[in-house]
Amino acid sequence: MNPRITLAVTRRVLIQLRRDRRTSAMLVVLPCVIMTLLWWMFQDQPDFGFTALAAALLALIPFIIMFLVTSVTTLRERTSGTLERLLAMPMGKGDFLVGYALAFGLVAAVQSGLAVALSVWALDLDVAGPVWLLLVVAIVDAVLGSALGLFVSAFARTEFQAVQFMPALVIPQILLCGLFIPREDLPPVLHAVSDVLPLSYAVDAMRKVTAHTDPAVWGDLFLVAAFAAAALVLGALTLRRQSD
Amino acid sequence: MAGVEISGLRVVRGGTEVLRDLTFSVETGQVTGLLGPSGCGKTTLMRAIVGVQRITAGSVTVFGERAGSAGLRSRIGYVTQAPSVYDDLTVEENLAFFAAVLGVDPGRVDTCVRLVDLEAERAKVAGRLSGGQRSRVSLAVALLGEPALIVLDEPTVGLDPVLRRDLWQTFHGLADQGAAVFVSSHVMDEANRCDRLLLMREGRIIADDTPAALLEKTGTEEIEAAFLDLVAKAGS
Repeated sequence: MNPRITLAVTRRVLIQLRRDRRTSAMLVVLPCVIMTLLWWMFQDQPDFGFTALAAALLALIPFIIMFLVTSVTTLRERTSGTLERLLAMPMGKGDFLVGYALAFGLVAAVQSGLAVALSVWALDLDVAGPVWLLLVVAIVDAVLGSALGLFVSAFARTEFQAVQFMPALVIPQILLCGLFIPREDLPPVLHAVSDVLPLSYAVDAMRKVTAHTDPAVWGDLFLVAAFAAAALVLGALTLRRQSD
Repeated sequence: MAGVEISGLRVVRGGTEVLRDLTFSVETGQVTGLLGPSGCGKTTLMRAIVGVQRITAGSVTVFGERAGSAGLRSRIGYVTQAPSVYDDLTVEENLAFFAAVLGVDPGRVDTCVRLVDLEAERAKVAGRLSGGQRSRVSLAVALLGEPALIVLDEPTVGLDPVLRRDLWQTFHGLADQGAAVFVSSHVMDEANRCDRLLLMREGRIIADDTPAALLEKTGTEEIEAAFLDLVAKAGS
């Protein structure tokens, strides 16, 4: 790996995103709109509902969005021949992967920064722990989404197929992450399944930060990061310099 | 000096033998043309030289190293048939990005924009350029690293005659500076512009000579007629 090349990839991905004004605007505005909608829903309810769900949503949104954005961008890179061109140049696979992860991690930081700021200051989200930890969880989560998106793009031939991986990989995790039923109350088999899904830990971490003044989230965070690293390694295996 | 040496190369893709026992070399300081109908295996052969094609048997060596080895990556310029550039970046941003990946002097960006005659379009987004202009962006990217071997897969398709002439002059200029230039085409009238010709059909090289010698051997006036003559002889 070479920092010059890694940063060139990051810079390029960011320029591409900036050029696509509609996507950039949606990336920044949508999470805020969703948080506001959630807050509004619970206006006339006892105050617990918003806080519990907001924490989970702050974990889900960066994951889902970065999963989609990355799977489509890297699929484009595979089909347009630019990936093959890069791999025929002195570019390490790590440069490509980390370059992407940095770019989308940065976008996630901006995106979640705004969503968290809005939730905490305008929508009165109760955060017992340090607010910056919410951001850290969101960024690690976004990197996980990017890494998985990159990995699945290898199994899609068209953008339609790539988008279909979203419901396949993401919706089951949303159902099992404790958003609808606390994970402990799930049937034993599903509880065991939820134990090996990364989003469960991301949501757990977010909830701990909002509920405890001194949240013990490093274990959860470590697991999410480990899943992200594993997905990046799997992603690297799909970047082949030679093909049939 | 041989830039590329190929011996006994076979490639089987999806059960079909695409390249059948090829042996030849590509010299430096020359423009070598690869001519043949589409579907005859030209692209597969070029991919094998660049090192992105998995080969079934035989060997492909570039400047003494196995094709695809890491040491060669900065010395080969490869232009695919479909332009591989980022449609949402400008001409300049595309070149600047690839220049950073290659680690070449940023000044090369200007030089290469000039070489492919895109100075007026440099601030335009690649997706908005015409097909010919986009393939020239792709060509400029391949020239960034001042490669010692340049592999061009049908680089002149859809270009106007003046530009085609200019590009061939560029190719010869690169060869004069010592590069090995390997160009494919399915347009037979481009054959005369090559120093040396390889005629390809159904995965085999059916002729390897200078254009003049080919015409003389077959007693024909045009490369197309020479090709037909060779096919007829091979079939009988």
